[in-house]
Amino acid sequence: MKILVIEDDREAARYLEKAFAEAGHTADVAGDGETGYALAEQGSYDALVVDRMLPRRDGLSVVAALRARGNDTPALILSALGQVDDRVTGLRAGGDDYLTKPYAFSELLARIEVLQRRSSPKEAETVYRVGDLELDRLSHTAKRAGQVIILQPREFRLLEYLMRHAGQVVTRTMLLEHVWDYHFDPQTNVIDVHVSRLRGKIEKDFGTPLLHTVRGAGYMLKAAETGA
Amino acid sequence: MSRFSAMMKMTAVRLSALYLLLFTVCALGLVFYMTSLSVRLLTTQTETAVNEEIESIGQSYERGGIAGLVRSIDRRGRQPGAYLYLVTDPAGRIVAGNVQSIEIGVLQTEGWIERPITYERYGEGNEAKTHTAIARVIVMPNGIRVMVGRDLGEPEQVRLVVRRALMAALGTMGIGAFLIWFFVGRRALQRIDKVSVASQRIMGGDLAGRLPVSGSGDEFDRLSENLNGMLARIQELNEGVRHVSDNIAHDLKTPLTRMHNRAESALASARTTKQWRAAMEGMISDSDQLIRTFNAILMISRLESGYSTEALEQIPLSVIAEDVFELYEPSAEEAGVQLLLGPVDATPVRANRELVAQTVSNLVDNAIKYASGIDRPVEVSLSVVRADDKVKVIVADNGTGIPADQMERATERFVRLEESRSQPGSGLGLSLAKAVMKLHGGSLELADNAPGLRAVLTFPAGEESG
Repeated sequence: MKILVIEDDREAARYLEKAFAEAGHTADVAGDGETGYALAEQGSYDALVVDRMLPRRDGLSVVAALRARGNDTPALILSALGQVDDRVTGLRAGGDDYLTKPYAFSELLARIEVLQRRSSPKEAETVYRVGDLELDRLSHTAKRAGQVIILQPREFRLLEYLMRHAGQVVTRTMLLEHVWDYHFDPQTNVIDVHVSRLRGKIEKDFGTPLLHTVRGAGYMLKAAETGA
Repeated sequence: MSRFSAMMKMTAVRLSALYLLLFTVCALGLVFYMTSLSVRLLTTQTETAVNEEIESIGQSYERGGIAGLVRSIDRRGRQPGAYLYLVTDPAGRIVAGNVQSIEIGVLQTEGWIERPITYERYGEGNEAKTHTAIARVIVMPNGIRVMVGRDLGEPEQVRLVVRRALMAALGTMGIGAFLIWFFVGRRALQRIDKVSVASQRIMGGDLAGRLPVSGSGDEFDRLSENLNGMLARIQELNEGVRHVSDNIAHDLKTPLTRMHNRAESALASARTTKQWRAAMEGMISDSDQLIRTFNAILMISRLESGYSTEALEQIPLSVIAEDVFELYEPSAEEAGVQLLLGPVDATPVRANRELVAQTVSNLVDNAIKYASGIDRPVEVSLSVVRADDKVKVIVADNGTGIPADQMERATERFVRLEESRSQPGSGLGLSLAKAVMKLHGGSLELADNAPGLRAVLTFPAGEESG
């Protein structure tokens, strides 16, 4: 995956470049808004990480300008401003996700990987399959090995989200955002408890684990043998 | 002398000096007016008397002709306190009268001699003095001129006496004013000096110091009392800040120290990848806690400095309560706490969904956190109640609660009551809740639930929608 990091803090940019490389991606760095815009415009990137406060041209206007020219490269906006309004303005400018500094790299990585996948056509599928687990979005049913699993509405949405991003790390805040539609930091283990309940339902009687905990990051739904 | 110049600079002294000046001018004006008035009155009286005298000597003339007139004037002129008389023939020679000499030209004009004239009287010998008088000159058809006048001694004396009295009065007044000015000014200056000394001491760092209050209840006391009130508030805030920084130091020091220790012990003893990994993960979770604390601090200060109220929308609190209930229900169960959803009123309220949800989550989280680990069964209930034009979100538990004497302090920033120090958390949850409620024009109240704690978020009800 080819990522463009537009960030004027050199230290932070170098760290991101290195960390993305370790995660198996390649990252280019632009130190200001103009350069970033030029690179994003011509280069074929899979995702953009754009700092909001940039010299020469601010991050929001870079993203807005790209969108205006029909460039749909998924963009994640980084900002030190963390209020709800700021996120809304960030997303309104054409950003696909918003992350507040300070953040954990694992969170950024998970979000970028999910963003990149978002542009793939999985959104349109009506039935998700991971191993022998199957989820039908139209009939609202989940089955494993042909056996129906009874889920609460929220559990269904949780599973749906995890399955849509099967093979990808999904963080707790991402779950709270997409399953519950809240953007604050879940203080304690609330999300973990929901996930473990779900895990109980989809794994208990079936032996092979599908829902994996990624320590220090989040969760990943993945079929054991087949792989992602 | 610097003291005198300091006194001269005082507002009170300057004002009183100005008043003294004004008063003097007015008094002078008044006295001069009075004097001139009385002098004029006396002059009029004199003129009337002179006219009467002229009439009476006119009668003498009618009866005895020139000889009769001269006789009459001689007789009258010798009496004590007599009028002034002078009769001249057409050639200007003195025929009769008691005036020895007179200013030249006085007799040339007929009628009243307006200005006082000087003359010398017979019989005063060598001691002849110069007098001032007013007089009337009459020219008879045969060219004889008769002048009758009267001394102005009396009005002049009045003028003199009044002037003397005036001078004396002004002198006394001036001295009195100066004395009052000096003593009052000095007293005021002394008090101001005391206040200055006290405030310098306070500026020097003695925040517990106060300005002197004499107890007389005058304006200085009122000023000092107000300033003392201000100083007390400043001291309170200052202590608050110190308290907060102590707490920040404590709350941030603990995870920092833990991180440091983890790193150190990993360096010293970790051998296997697994051990390294555990150390690293521990450090990450410590830094997460730090970040969380920082975020909460930032958020509170942003809320307190005025978050834009545009982000508020009409939303029923029941939706938020249901969401939070649904979110926390499994973890409550896991903690052995029964989370109950009471009646939820669906009146819409102007609110920021995210902030309110976070606040309610915090309260529920707190309730579960502090209620768990008690022997008896614990319940936490969440409900939304409408009361007149208010909508209340109530989170009640029957756990340990907060001691009554600490209830007030619980919402202060960073306050973590002693028993809760060991629990995880930033100690900012309740102050965040307070800040959020302030933004919504509502309030956060904590009450004893006997046993347990009852936290009430009160919102003003929004407009009814359909």
